[in-house]
Amino acid sequence: MKMTGKEYRTITDVKGPLVFLNKTEPVAFGEIVTLRLANGDIKNGQVLDTSDDLVIVQVFEGTAKINRETGVTFMGDVFKLPVSTDLIGRILDGAGRPRDGGPEIVADEKADIIGAAINPYSRQSPHDFIQTGISAIDCCTTLVRGQKLPIFSASGLPHNDIALQIARQAKLKGSDEEFIVVFCAMGITAEEYNFFRSDLERTGALENAVLFVNLADDPAVERIITPRLALTAAEYLAFEKDYHVLVIYTDMTNYCDALRQIGAAREEVPGRRGYPGYMYTDLAMLYERAGIVKGKKGSITQFPILTMPGDDITHPIPDLSGYITEGQIVISRELHQQGIYPPINVLPSLSRLMGSCIGAETTREDHKSVSDQMYAAYAQGRELRGLVAIVGEDALNERDKQLLDFSGVFEDRFLRQSRDEDRSIDETLDLCWTLMSSIDTKYLVRLDQKWIEKYHPDNRE
Amino acid sequence: MSNEGVIYRISGPVVTATGMNAAMYDVVRVGHEGLMGEVIELHGDKAVIQVYEDTSGIRPGEPVLNTEETLSVSLGPGLLTQIYDGIQRPLATLEEVMGVFITRGVDADAFDMEKTWTFEPQVAKGDDVVSGQVIGHVQETETIVHKIMIPPGKGGKVKSIESGDFNVTQTVCVLDDGTELQMMQKWPVRTPRPYTQKYAPDTPLVTGMRILDFLFPLAKGGAAGIPGPFGSGKTVTQQSLAKYSDAQLVVYIGCGERGNEMTEVLDEFPHLIDPNTGKPLMNRTVMIANTSNMPVAAREASVYTGITIAEYFRDMGYDVALMADSTSRWAEAMREISSRLEEMPGEEGYPAYLSSRIAEFYERAGRVETLNGDDGSVTVIGAVSPPGGDISEPVSQGTLRIVKVFWGLDAGLARQRHFPAINWLNSYSLYPQSLDQWFRDNIAQDFPEIRTQISGLLQIEAELQEIVQLVGSDALPVDQQLTLEVARMIREFFLQQNGFHDVDAYCDIHLQYQMAKAILSFQEAAKGAMADGALLNDVVNVPARSDLMRGRFEKGYIDRIEAMVKEMTEQIANAVEAN
Repeated sequence: MKMTGKEYRTITDVKGPLVFLNKTEPVAFGEIVTLRLANGDIKNGQVLDTSDDLVIVQVFEGTAKINRETGVTFMGDVFKLPVSTDLIGRILDGAGRPRDGGPEIVADEKADIIGAAINPYSRQSPHDFIQTGISAIDCCTTLVRGQKLPIFSASGLPHNDIALQIARQAKLKGSDEEFIVVFCAMGITAEEYNFFRSDLERTGALENAVLFVNLADDPAVERIITPRLALTAAEYLAFEKDYHVLVIYTDMTNYCDALRQIGAAREEVPGRRGYPGYMYTDLAMLYERAGIVKGKKGSITQFPILTMPGDDITHPIPDLSGYITEGQIVISRELHQQGIYPPINVLPSLSRLMGSCIGAETTREDHKSVSDQMYAAYAQGRELRGLVAIVGEDALNERDKQLLDFSGVFEDRFLRQSRDEDRSIDETLDLCWTLMSSIDTKYLVRLDQKWIEKYHPDNRE
Repeated sequence: MSNEGVIYRISGPVVTATGMNAAMYDVVRVGHEGLMGEVIELHGDKAVIQVYEDTSGIRPGEPVLNTEETLSVSLGPGLLTQIYDGIQRPLATLEEVMGVFITRGVDADAFDMEKTWTFEPQVAKGDDVVSGQVIGHVQETETIVHKIMIPPGKGGKVKSIESGDFNVTQTVCVLDDGTELQMMQKWPVRTPRPYTQKYAPDTPLVTGMRILDFLFPLAKGGAAGIPGPFGSGKTVTQQSLAKYSDAQLVVYIGCGERGNEMTEVLDEFPHLIDPNTGKPLMNRTVMIANTSNMPVAAREASVYTGITIAEYFRDMGYDVALMADSTSRWAEAMREISSRLEEMPGEEGYPAYLSSRIAEFYERAGRVETLNGDDGSVTVIGAVSPPGGDISEPVSQGTLRIVKVFWGLDAGLARQRHFPAINWLNSYSLYPQSLDQWFRDNIAQDFPEIRTQISGLLQIEAELQEIVQLVGSDALPVDQQLTLEVARMIREFFLQQNGFHDVDAYCDIHLQYQMAKAILSFQEAAKGAMADGALLNDVVNVPARSDLMRGRFEKGYIDRIEAMVKEMTEQIANAVEAN
């Protein structure tokens, strides 16, 4: 970026991440700003509010050491990311600068990081089944290419392992076409980051990945732009270069907290739990950047990870996310404590696009029926555990006993798999049939008779 | 005074400008790119503008042009089958101009201004015409005649009237005072279109969804709210209503929701057949899609754009249904703008005028006598997305205070895969009294009584379930166990409905009545047989009962159901002998 304007020394106020200055030429809304400190250090920022009298700048790297002597230059343009296929295999920091010691990215073009909304008329409905190799996901909350499906987790749960396993194993059924992984870290610890990085390195996936990394000790405000950079890179790779891109971002909770921090500094009227009233719109501007558009070969599939504060799914962060994303995968502490990996609780989990990608032509003809029955039987079994705690197992009738036992088997054999176990969809569905055969078929009311005849172990040799 | 001013300040979607002699709600063009905006506050010479497009890169000092018009929609032939953004720009046109991403500064006509339509005059030279009077017909789609009306406030003697093919901007009628009338008229979105009087609703909006039509009916011209947490099926319910309700026209507003969902609707609707006319559903539909990541001010406007279009078709004498999914996003847009204006907030940061805006919006629903003496209606069905599913929040409460029908979606039911996940215990409709006469006259004399029996059984079940939770069902006396079985039949056979199933998705209202009767027949037969010594288990497990229950997934069920019920009662009677 080259200096375009003059340097102002007209700062009047500094508050949290915000710098207020006056007596400027007309400054554009959203314009990028550099701030030169007395010791020569450079910080970057962006214009949040602009008028004839006053300009408010949000400083990405924190406002430490900024004083009235600090020189402020407006760069004449909004924030842009240099994009090219050279991004693949690179590690960048939260503001898009190389972090891996490599050279600057040579730009094919510079893309506005805010990103324009995809015209709903130009979207193409996602319908390609992605096999993750994880039974709970493939059978019950099937992932579709172009979907945004967050992982709702909480502190101390193995969401990172699950995300990595998905990144490693995800493929279209019957295709070895690989995904480019765009990984976006927001406020995670160096330890978590190293875990991701070494896993990607170990499996060779790093060569097909772009990493944007803002760690816990990096400036919080920078987190506001990190996912936007990641998505801008993803859009370029998907819609200009025909790649299928899988975007993993973690942790959305840190992102939202950074949003709240800025809102508070601007003295905005807060919404629920102090988060800004526009958080829904703000999150939508990230999540909605997933999808497939007509006439383009590539796609963007998103896997945001968020940790629910206090395991509370009604907290504004999971709540607003759930209203935007196309379902959610919920990680359960209870299952984790039982030693089950992956501890996915299928009951509150959901894939809204599942209906469009399962069936004879994509997965298997019995998928819907099997998935409904597995779900229903497990739900009833889980409910019976509560009853048994009160009245004892002897009070159950035959049907209830079978369902109760099934819920245990479901967790132990269907959910549980190892971190490198990659089950095909056929294996997963066959496993379902094996497990369901412990229940008398007359209680399996959600299974179509014709599938029972074809797939039930009693009828198969 | 000049109508051109300059920008003073920019803060996100809110821009302040000076020197353009603005009045409230004037539409202005902001900056060199001419972004569309609307004046929402005045301070001396400073006008605060909400801008419908992204404002990045705009600077103080750029020009602002006041068009001196208020935000209006274009109304005329060409509206149907369209899909618009929140400020009535057709998305197909935007795609042609900007490609797949929505950029800014593009203005687009609401419909093809060049296309010609065949205008058939309905009045003659020398006739006296009044506001709202139909002066001509245009066959807009296979099923809908677009009636060209005298715009409100105009009238007189017809000086000349044309016949034949015209585009929407050509004059088709001249009045003796020199007023030239075209097929297209404009109307400001924030002003309700006038009518002569409102009637009390007396006809149900038949939706084909059993739980709605049978237990919680909505009247044509009524208003309903559907609150529910995410994943409980708001959008699926709204889409089913758009597909199957017996309104003549449907306006569907996707307000701040998912892009892929709108795409699904766009993909699906052209292939779907309206069960009431047998013609493609798209022929009667206007869609507005302002997804969550499209500009927030346009989202705020989208519900007004939608309801104004709905009122326009109402004025032609049609029954129009409007779905707004979701009104919470609209309320959030108001909150966002209000907070940028630094207004004093009310509850949860929402502006203090939230509930009055909600009330004003729903009040535009109604069955009316139109200006031309015809009878038309707008039915409004608004989805609400309460945070955490807790309906004590301001948007849900503001909605419940005004609507007469509450279809409460329930996360628990959704988790049990009971769809539609409408809770039968806390949902309500205040319309049965005004609609019962219609049900008696058109469906069956005892329709209301059957409804009372069904909902009564569900209430009893809820009480019994509390006991079962503690002691297990086997501890109940057999007659109560039977009641539980009957209630289970109501839930699984009647209330559950598969919105994606070819046959089950739409259930004829006559069939609904038959199915409810079938459940009561089962209860009666079982009671009788058990009094004669039959066992509950045998009674419940007669094969004809499961045939009856499965039959609803097959075509022609309505012709067979009576025989199936007969078969079932016979088998139950035989269960006595078997014992």
